[in-house]
Formats: sequence, structure tokens, C-alpha cells
Amino acid sequence: MSLLSVTNLHASVDETEILKGISLTVGAGEVHAIMGPNGSGKSTLAQVLAGHPAYEVTSGSATLDGVDLLDMEPEERAWAGVFLAFQYPVEIPGVTNAYFLRQAYNEIRKARGLDEIDPIDFVDLLEEKLKMVEWGPEIMERAVNFGFSGGEKKRNEILQMAVLEPKLAILDETDSGLDIDALRIVAGGVNRLRRPDSATIVVTHYQRLLDFIVPDYVHVLADGRIVRSGGKELALELEEKGYEWLTGVAGAVA
Amino acid sequence: MVDGCGRGGGVSDSTMLVPETMMALREAGAAEFARVGLPTTRDEEWRFTPLGDLTKWSTFESAEPGETPSADALAPHLFDAGWPLLVLVDGHFAPERSSLAGLPADVTAMPLHEAITEGHPVATTELGRWAGPDQTAFTALNASLFTDGLFLHVPKGTAVTTPIQLLSITTAAADGKVVAPRMLIVLGESASATVVESYASIGDAASLTNAVVEVHLGANARLDHSRVARERDGAWHIGFTHVDQEQDSHYRAFALAMGGRLSRHNLHARHLGERVETLLYGLYLTTGDQVADTHSAIFHDQPNCNSWEVYKGVLGDRSRGVFNGKVLVDRLAQKTDAKQTNRNLLLSDQARVDAKPQLEIFADDVRCTHGATIGQLNAQQRYYLQSRGIAGQQAEQLLTWAFAAEVVAEIADPTVRQVMEAVVHAKLGEMTA
Repeated sequence: MSLLSVTNLHASVDETEILKGISLTVGAGEVHAIMGPNGSGKSTLAQVLAGHPAYEVTSGSATLDGVDLLDMEPEERAWAGVFLAFQYPVEIPGVTNAYFLRQAYNEIRKARGLDEIDPIDFVDLLEEKLKMVEWGPEIMERAVNFGFSGGEKKRNEILQMAVLEPKLAILDETDSGLDIDALRIVAGGVNRLRRPDSATIVVTHYQRLLDFIVPDYVHVLADGRIVRSGGKELALELEEKGYEWLTGVAGAVA
Repeated sequence: MVDGCGRGGGVSDSTMLVPETMMALREAGAAEFARVGLPTTRDEEWRFTPLGDLTKWSTFESAEPGETPSADALAPHLFDAGWPLLVLVDGHFAPERSSLAGLPADVTAMPLHEAITEGHPVATTELGRWAGPDQTAFTALNASLFTDGLFLHVPKGTAVTTPIQLLSITTAAADGKVVAPRMLIVLGESASATVVESYASIGDAASLTNAVVEVHLGANARLDHSRVARERDGAWHIGFTHVDQEQDSHYRAFALAMGGRLSRHNLHARHLGERVETLLYGLYLTTGDQVADTHSAIFHDQPNCNSWEVYKGVLGDRSRGVFNGKVLVDRLAQKTDAKQTNRNLLLSDQARVDAKPQLEIFADDVRCTHGATIGQLNAQQRYYLQSRGIAGQQAEQLLTWAFAAEVVAEIADPTVRQVMEAVVHAKLGEMTA
């Protein structure tokens, strides 16, 4: 059975239609890449699935494990297992990473009827997850994303994802602006988090990330619609021919 | 009305004669208060801060001391039971609740009345020198009514590492009366100390706490000074702190206002020498119909001095904040570096803030900046938290804490910082519940 099922999804921001009928099925254990030039609607799709209040869904549906996502508040989607790694992670000065992550972890547990984790057990859990992004414990005492470099912010998103263990992880241009080392760390984390019962959607402009996170399926978006779907070889073909091959719009892929 | 001559202050000895130094101050205060009277909202300094029912009081009389609270009753108002502690109850010294264990032998910490009576040379010289009756109507009123207070002297070169608690308690006995404590804190050359001054209520009273605190820092002295006003809702709190700083001294304040129907704090700092640093951090957390008012003034009278001021407010319900920050740079004060920031977070549509930075600069080679903001919780941050499963009250609590924590984090002493974090965290928890 499919984990995520999106059918004929239309969404607007400020009365401008951005998504013009997206249909997409993601099965458990799969990695899907969503590619496309700037302005094609890739990030909008990611934000609409996470529940960003600025976007209005005008028609269509999206379900996770058969449950309607679109009726849920963003936090309810998180509790249901949706995780969006932000393209621009938000800074929260004054709150430590440790406090923030533990609270997120506990809120999700509470929503699922579980007890809060013992703080000491949480330290152990964190220690293990930190290794995945090659960080020491000192990062946990810094304020959430505050004063972080671009690469650190993206790593922090992956750390959160590792701790929260979502069913559906959506990575919104997580590769943008990363140097090769950071890219390797981020992709390594994502690969290690792959599980047979969860799925990943990788939203990216560039083929480069897909050298590190190998997708099962690639979808190309243009003007709010999926114009081509295929296997991982589609990304390579795109790299060779450029987006204008499919979209009529110029845009570098490599 | 002013207490008559010869009527003294101490809990232990109310017949003690008032020493001459105190008498002179009282007479000057009474005369000044009779001349100026209570301010009104037509007074620029009180424009946004109505005194309410206080204006209906026919007389202003000093409170007689209420029953000394038991140690258990006092406990919730202490920040750390292990720190040296001086307690005033309704403005009168309570020796049985005070403890000086842990202070270096050369440090003087005692009731002010006793210090003056004994003729302590520093106390007699410095009392009323920095915050005289003529500063404001309320320094005049305090001078005319005070019966006792606290005196702290750290001599040259002595470093006190343990925080010292100065606690003023108002009891139900002070209903309709004025509690007028006076504190005098003097640090000699290169001395250092951490002081936590606080005001609290045991029992309900429509009382007026009218505190005056004088601080004098010798050359290269260093004072970390926290101040917490958290009387019960029925009380007025009008405090005046004046800090005079000699060269190379460092003053760091943290002022937390979270109680009373009105809490007003005037915080003035004056530079007497070069290379002085003045750091003022403040937080006001208000609910219901509370009003929290800060009027700060930094007198940059000397060259090469820095001041840095950050005040933040979190305001719920119909409460109001007033912030007036004066930075006065004398023509002599070249190379002044002064920055002032006031940020406010409104948790309700009915909360309101009147913010007024006031920079008066008469030197030409200075750097002075100011900024004031009034806003609501950041929508981006709220969404980010929601996307991580943190919503509603939890998110509000976390974001208000984040907003306030930046100021609390500036408290230098780690143990004081921890207790203040706990106090602020608990208050914000109530405010966002």
C-alpha cells in the first residue's frame, strides 16, 4: 500500500495558483526525487504537505497511510509522521538545541499516547544521532540555528529528522549552498535513516545530491505540474540535456 | 505626613533616637515633598503612568512593622537559602531573619539606621549623597519617611563571591501605608560583589513600596546587581536607583519587574571618571491591568565610557509597559559608545507599550544608537515549531521564553542566572497557560 498518496493537488498563494494538479504516489521504503527549475512549484509542494499557513489548497487530496493530511494543522502532521527539512531553517535565539529537540520529541510521543522520555535516556539517544551528522554534544547547547552557518543549519535539520524518525521525510533543497563535505554528511545521514517502513522525498534543483542519495523515482515539475516521471536515470538524462528539454524553460541541472 | 523627630525605626528598638544625618535628610525630604507633591500625567516623566488610587491617599505615612514572617513564610521569597541575607519587614530591619554567614570579615552588611547611629564613616558620608530628595517627588517622599534600610560596604580590594540578598517584604500591616526602605551600597576601589535586591509581599496590601537605592562604585570596582520587584497585585512599587561610577568601574544590572499594580523603576547611572562601563538589562512581565514602567538615564559625563542597555517586555491581557531611556552625553564625553534597545512582545491585542528613547548628545565623536520594537510572536518561528510537533501553549511558552532568555542570559553570576531563569520561566509559564 502506498504511504503517501497525492491526487490532483491544486494550491495557491495570494490567489496565484502555483500547484496545478499534482498526483504522486510514494510507497514505503522508497526515495522519490522531485526536480525542476526555479519557480516550478517544488518547494510549494513540500510546504503544502507540511501545512504552511500561507498556502491555500484549492482542490485535490493528500493522504498519509490513508489519513487526510490536508485537514490537519502542521503539528498534527508532525505527530502523524511528516517531517519537512526546511530550505531556510528558522533561527530561535534563546532556546537551546537540546531543549528544543527534547520538547519536539516529547510532544510527538505524547500525541501518540507515549510517556515523555527520561532526560538521561534522551542524552543517550542524542549521542547516537549526533554521530550520524558527525557532531559533538556541544552543538546541543547552542541556540536553535542561531548563528549557524548554512551547512550547520542543514545538518541540524538532518539531526532533527534523525531524532524524530518520521514516516515521511521531505527534504526541501537541503543541498543548496552546501560544500561537498557538508553534502556528504547530510546525504550520509539521510541514507542511514532509510527504513523499509518510511519514505523520503528529496526536492532539489540539482542532480549533484542524487549522486549521494540515490532515488528510486524521479519526477520533473514544471509550472505546477509533473511533466515526466522515471527512474534514477531520468536525473542523469536531465543533467545532460537541461530542464528546457522537458519544460521549455532554461535552467542548469548539473 | 512625616514621622516626627525622635521616632526611630528598628523592629528591635523603636525608641532609638534618629541620628542627625538621618534627621537632616528627612527634613529635607519632607520640605521637598511638600513643595512638589505627587506627580500627575501632565508631568512629562509620568505621562503614561497614572498613579490611580494613590492620588486619593490623604496622607503618606510610614508603615509600622507587621509581624515578622516565619522562616517558612519567607522561604518562597528567597532565591537561595545559602546566600547571606538581610531582610526588611515593612521597611524595618528583621535581625532574626537575616544571616551574614559566608561574608568576608571586612565586609559591612547591616541595617542602615544602625550604621548611621554608630557613625560608620562611609555610611554617614554617602547617605543621601547620590539620590537626594530633590531628584524626584518619590525620592523626596522616601527621604521624609524612611526609618531604616540596608547598608553594604565592600572595602578596597575585597571580592565577595557569594551573592548577597537584600530583601524587602511588605506585609498586610502596610495596607494604605508607605514602605520606604533605603539601601546604600558602596564598593571601594577594585572591590567586587554580586547583589540580589528584591521586593515581595506576604499577605495582601494596597501599600506603596517607595524604595531608594544609592550605589557608589570606586575606581575599578565591579558590581553585578539584580533587582526583582514582585509584590502582590494590590501594591504600588516606585523605586529609584542611582549609581555613581568612578573610573574603570563596571556596573551590570538586571531588573525584573513582574508584580504590583504599578511598578515604576528609575535607574540612573552617572560616570565620574573615564573607561566606565554600564550594562543595564531588564525584563518586565505583566498581566491583568498591571503597569510596568522603566525610566532609565545614563549620564555620560566623561570620555571613553561605554553603556549598553537592553530592556524587554512580555505583556499579556490589558497590561501596559512604559520605557523611557535617556542617554545624556556631555560635551566632554568624547568616544562615548552607547547602545540602547527596547523590545516588546505583546501576547494580547489589548496590551500596550509606550516606548521613548531619548538621546541628548553634546559631544561630536561618539557612537550612540537606539532601537525600539513592539510586536507579536514571530509567525515563522511558530510554524517551524509546529512542523516539529510543538504547538499552542507549548510553542507560545517556548517562544516567549526565547524572547526573554536573551536578557536573563546576561546575568554574570551563574547561580544568580539560574535562579532568575527559574523565576522567569515559571512566570512565563503562568502567562501563557
